[in-house]
Amino acid sequence: MSGDRTRRASEKDDHAMSQDDVQGGHPPDREAMTGVATGRDRPAPRADGHRRRGGERPMVPRAEFRSYYGRPVLKRPVWSARDIAGYFFLGGLAGASSVLGAGADLTGRPTLARGAKVGAAGAISLAAVALVHDLGRPARFFNMLRVAKASSPMSVGSWLLAGYGPLAAGAAASSVTGRLPRLGRLAGLGAAGLGPLVAGYTAALITDTAVPAWHEAHREMPFVFVGSAATAAGGLGLLTASTGDNGPATVFAAAGAAAELSAVRLIKRRLGVVGEPYERGRAGALLRAAEILSATGVGCAFLSRGDRMLSALSGLTLLVGSAASRFGIFYAGLASADDPKYTVQPQRERIENERIERERPTDEHARPNS
Amino acid sequence: MTTESRATAAPAGATGAAAGVDPAARSGYTEHPPRMGFFTDTSVCIGCKACEVACKEWNAIPEDGLNFTGMSYDNTAGLGASTWRHVAFIEQRRPLARQQPGVSHADVDVLELAAQGASTPPEQAGMTPTEPGRPDELRWLMSSDVCKHCTHAACLDVCPTGSLFRTEFGTVVVQEDICNGCGYCVPACPYGVIDQREDDGRVWKCTLCYDRIGDGLEPACAQACPTDSIQFGPLDELRERAAERVRRLHDARVDDARLYGADPDDGVGGTGAFFLLLDEPEAYGFPPDPVVTTRDLPAMWRSVGVAAAGLLGAAAMAFLTGRAGRGASGLRGRSR
Repeated sequence: MSGDRTRRASEKDDHAMSQDDVQGGHPPDREAMTGVATGRDRPAPRADGHRRRGGERPMVPRAEFRSYYGRPVLKRPVWSARDIAGYFFLGGLAGASSVLGAGADLTGRPTLARGAKVGAAGAISLAAVALVHDLGRPARFFNMLRVAKASSPMSVGSWLLAGYGPLAAGAAASSVTGRLPRLGRLAGLGAAGLGPLVAGYTAALITDTAVPAWHEAHREMPFVFVGSAATAAGGLGLLTASTGDNGPATVFAAAGAAAELSAVRLIKRRLGVVGEPYERGRAGALLRAAEILSATGVGCAFLSRGDRMLSALSGLTLLVGSAASRFGIFYAGLASADDPKYTVQPQRERIENERIERERPTDEHARPNS
Repeated sequence: MTTESRATAAPAGATGAAAGVDPAARSGYTEHPPRMGFFTDTSVCIGCKACEVACKEWNAIPEDGLNFTGMSYDNTAGLGASTWRHVAFIEQRRPLARQQPGVSHADVDVLELAAQGASTPPEQAGMTPTEPGRPDELRWLMSSDVCKHCTHAACLDVCPTGSLFRTEFGTVVVQEDICNGCGYCVPACPYGVIDQREDDGRVWKCTLCYDRIGDGLEPACAQACPTDSIQFGPLDELRERAAERVRRLHDARVDDARLYGADPDDGVGGTGAFFLLLDEPEAYGFPPDPVVTTRDLPAMWRSVGVAAAGLLGAAAMAFLTGRAGRGASGLRGRSR
């Protein structure tokens, strides 16, 4: 036992450079093999020993895949979770809050309107800081506005933010100071018009990548993001508005949470193997937490009518739930980029399916069992 | 035939539609030189890594780690911000056609060999990649990887600053004085080529030696390659040459030979740098069927539009149903 430990320790010291030092190293069960041990007929070792949760067992043996020493095919996104997943949360919170704020304005709910407008301006300011902070060259932030490219969701988003930011800030300033009320209301309406796009474009941003868990979910992801945005904005409304004003915030959050949670479930179901990262590890834990938090938050919000304290608590729960959801989706993407299985296996299946499709009409008579 | 990748699925189309999309013309060049590219014929790669060295030297790329990976002779590990050519080494116990290099020397009499003197008779000399061997022997695949310079380049599509651009040669190049390090191109690349330098913050990748080819020189890696495994030239010519090479290898019973990236109908519209491989692409670390992510962008925007409209709808619903609630709470407020 102790001898074992010493041996391992000395090994570490002797080989100053080991596989662990290689950037992004590879899992220990995918060691390189030479000589007799290698070979095409030997399937790549399984990526992990995970068994699927629940009792479901695959009917067919798991498809094996091949890779280059288990190394990822894709490059992992270089974005930091705090900045970018944080931005997704803050941007969503801002965009949906602007909608809530304008609605409150139009229906005469001053505390909800002020909280939502100030929240939107604050969130989008913080979001902008996070975005600039994440750049490799923050000083070159304005290069984002050098071109306008419809093919780049980040370019579209930069222009959206350039329009939305001042509107949200103007609406908040007018709401707080009471000055220029008509202009302030107009700015608020403008922000509410752009808000849903600010909340939703980030879904196009992450799904417009080669990251399998993100890209393959491109149809559902906007509903997750916009839903999560509404959950957060509703939460902020519950936190800031008086009990007389917060009714719509509860309904808004409930609708958002319903959309978000069902879209995540749909992703997990539809994506099959590629959806695994949404159920495993840190991403899985965060998404499960998000589900519980959002459901609890909505439930408490409906029960809390008239109770300022409980409203605020449920609002806070909803905000945390929305953030957990964004971070969960972010980490699921990283996990799917890190494992070559999620890149190779679906593509190989696609090739095989196309080959079968192609060969069907010509080979029909040649097949013994067709 | 069954192991062929989709790249060789339609060899007839390879010459018929060889031109495919002209990326330079699509990017607005009215008059431009022919599309230039690489044909990397891995069947003659000897794993010397001269391409890696030449690339580093010519492009003045900083050192990015002196590592021991345990992956055969590959201590470079993969392409990255400071590695624009990477030679992969794959050891397999499997014949390359009817041949293999031997690793078992049990039947060799060393003393008898010594009696021959310093030279080995040619017929007893070691294998060449296309020389027949025994079926239990080892084959060693080597392949020099590089940026693919896609016809439909996701990195270029998603770049928000216009730093990545299409050259008149149809290649894709980063303008380092524009890049602000947003990192969007990194996960967009379906091949995992482009990456960010941590200390520098910007992204870097192969330029297909934009500074050399404009002056009529070939890229540094192609010039340094001693076996012409890396061939540089007009893409049309390279594709014809590659198709001919595959035919010859198939005639020599190297049935595994297949092209990767030469099909203008694949998910990225064919690549400017394509390969002749002796195994499935994923064995070399390539994605078997890459698709440019922006192909699905219209669907993404549609989905965003519907979701955004849904948000407005949810707000309308919230304030309509909330009105009743407000009435109630308003009453409550008044009665207090």
